[in-house]
Amino acid sequence: MELFNGGQIALSNIKVLAVQEFRNRILESCHAAARLVNLFGNLEANGKIRILAIMGMDEDAELEILSTIISPESPQYESLTKDLPQAHLFEREIAEQWAIRPLGHPWLKPLRYHSNYRAASDIWKNIANKTIPGEYPFYAVDGEEVHEVGVGPVHAGIIEPGHFRFQCHGEAVMHLEIQLGYQHRGIEGLMAGRDLRRNMLLSESIAGDTSIGHSTAFCEVVESLTGCSISARAQAIRAVALELERLANHVGDLGALGMDAGFLPTSGYFGRMRGDYLNLLLALTGNRFGKGLCRPGGVLFDIDAKMADDFCFKLKKYREEFKDVSDLLFARPSVLARFEGVGVIALKDAKEIGLVGPVGRASQLECDVRINYASGMWQFQHVPISLGATGDVYARALVRNQEVLRSLEFLLRVLPSLPAGDIFAAPGPMKPDTLAVALVEGWRGEIMHVGISDAQGGFARYKIKDPSFHNWFGLALSMRGQEISDFPLCNKSFNLSYSGHDL
Amino acid sequence: MTILLLLHLTILIFFPPLLLGFIGKTKAFFAGRIGPPLLQPYYDLYKLMRKASVYSVTTNWIFRAAPMVSLAAILSAGILMPIAAMKPPVQFWGDMILFVYLFALARFVIILAALDTGSSFEGMGASREATFGCLSEITMFLNLTILALLSRNLSLSEIFLGGLSSSWLLVGPVLILVVVSFFLILLVENSRIPVDDPETHLELTMIHEVMVLDHSGVDLAYILYGKAVKLFIFGTMLVSIIITFRTGDSLIDTAFFILEIIAFAVLIGIVESTMARLRLNKVSFLLFSAFIFSVFGFIVILVRGH
Repeated sequence: MELFNGGQIALSNIKVLAVQEFRNRILESCHAAARLVNLFGNLEANGKIRILAIMGMDEDAELEILSTIISPESPQYESLTKDLPQAHLFEREIAEQWAIRPLGHPWLKPLRYHSNYRAASDIWKNIANKTIPGEYPFYAVDGEEVHEVGVGPVHAGIIEPGHFRFQCHGEAVMHLEIQLGYQHRGIEGLMAGRDLRRNMLLSESIAGDTSIGHSTAFCEVVESLTGCSISARAQAIRAVALELERLANHVGDLGALGMDAGFLPTSGYFGRMRGDYLNLLLALTGNRFGKGLCRPGGVLFDIDAKMADDFCFKLKKYREEFKDVSDLLFARPSVLARFEGVGVIALKDAKEIGLVGPVGRASQLECDVRINYASGMWQFQHVPISLGATGDVYARALVRNQEVLRSLEFLLRVLPSLPAGDIFAAPGPMKPDTLAVALVEGWRGEIMHVGISDAQGGFARYKIKDPSFHNWFGLALSMRGQEISDFPLCNKSFNLSYSGHDL
Repeated sequence: MTILLLLHLTILIFFPPLLLGFIGKTKAFFAGRIGPPLLQPYYDLYKLMRKASVYSVTTNWIFRAAPMVSLAAILSAGILMPIAAMKPPVQFWGDMILFVYLFALARFVIILAALDTGSSFEGMGASREATFGCLSEITMFLNLTILALLSRNLSLSEIFLGGLSSSWLLVGPVLILVVVSFFLILLVENSRIPVDDPETHLELTMIHEVMVLDHSGVDLAYILYGKAVKLFIFGTMLVSIIITFRTGDSLIDTAFFILEIIAFAVLIGIVESTMARLRLNKVSFLLFSAFIFSVFGFIVILVRGH
């Protein structure tokens, strides 16, 4: 079945295939032009588990949705991962959430350390009672001169917890394994239910730095299920906020990259400029991270002519400042020496592991929801895709730099001519037993929310996918054969979300 | 005479943390910030001195002794080094060799203490420090040899208080090579950018800082203070090679010297603000070039006679 971004489909209309055929169809599509956007389980009323796969055909702006049924009597199926590496974390997630064993999975370990959703016996015994990272084996390299370095979960900076296990030969990293799960809050479970107002607030806290991205996705799911179409003005204001969020984070990331390369001036300037964009969000929404702006049915805060003028005036000033400082960073040979050739991910690998967002684009992967699955404002105002060529830290920095300029240009085009209309119209009740999808290009990449409504007008299942879920493995891969001292820089060039992964 | 000796010791003991303050201010200026107060390094030391140390159960006496031994070694090196026109409290023929190896001793005990913790981070740091240390030591020695040949003396006080000014006129280019080479060594030895980043919190990239991660309280204060003194001694050496002009009045010379060493701190701050760190595998190239500079200087001296 084909779906568009923001589309919905009755659960009964989703094709159910036999397990083997399901597997073959996914492999066939993904070895052609499609990629795996989501793969998750849903508990049916009869106690069986339905596995849904959503594949994206980027060139056609279409999503293909397939499903298969796994019976609780024999909770297993043949793993996709051995033939399709991008399914790696999805299958571990399914194994953990539904106690279904993917047979032949190359590295079956828990992701978030919780017991399964259907009260069966877990694949890993006592998983919820063990401290993370548990007693599960880490990928190890043997040898007289090989040493292991474990970093985290408590880090030296003010960042989220995660455990990194390096297998090193001297300064060279042979393998890095990343174990997360410390931030698991059970958001997907909390999102199921009927209290949409609570769900709205929860969606804003999935990843604190992507409030706008995730809350927009949540609103789109609800709007799709209620059949409510929001005004062009509300769409434009959401787009403005999303781009401001992107600007703040990209600028902050560029500063942090300078900091980790030991180049202080730009980190100071970019750090301050990040605050400028957050302050614009503050002026618009009353919250520096844009909480409280997006609500199903529109937005709660309007941009009047005076504010639009003020924003344009400031953004023009910020653009000049940004160009000056970014020249300072990118023209410095000692900085480029640190960026170039570090943490390279080739296009082929990027495709194979399914990278998304700026990280994927730095490896020349043409993935941008704003272009491939344009919805809302992006159907009318286009943003050119920013691609890097080299797939290294330099490319990831350059893509961010380019996107900042293009977001600024987008804002300066949209703000003076905001469409007229009401900003909010209360949505009606949700259609029962329907699945809706929403894709949003958050600043880290493709955010996907899938909502499945129940018969009472609430959510039976809510599936969240943060772009970090795709990209963490990319970070591990990029460290192969690199110097361990380059890890912080490489990590910063990905800047992935721990809480977005752990949910 | 006694007063001058006391002045020498006072400067050696109390002045060094101020250098860090000046470096910090310079870097803050380039980053568009106000930065911590000039006296911040003193406040930090005072704070640490009042704290108790925490010891891991895997460590033994080596870990506890290392901070004291290294500080003692660095201060002992300091009393061999003339400051401005003031003779050092201790001087004898050949003290230059002791001077170099006191620093080596300080490094050695810190490396041992790092290995004593059994942490993989500290092991990495120790391995980096040992590698770079053995590359910088030989260059340091070669530079001092050139200076010793020029002044025909093996005592630091004679080298720096004696006749380097005439050497500038005779073999200026050689001294320029020595200054450049020595400056590079100084950056490595004192873990400054572009070699090491004293500000970073990223344990995987650090060299010196990562070795002292497990030290705390008074021990950490000893180590940080020792580092400041080491930077001061290296700075004094650099300034003494470059500026040989003396008025003859000890107090005026000392005042000039203070200005010179502050200028040196600002220079370090500028270097740190205008360039990024080198990749770790490129640091050895920096050390090789320092070595080559001094080898060239050495060859010229040998060929031309001294």
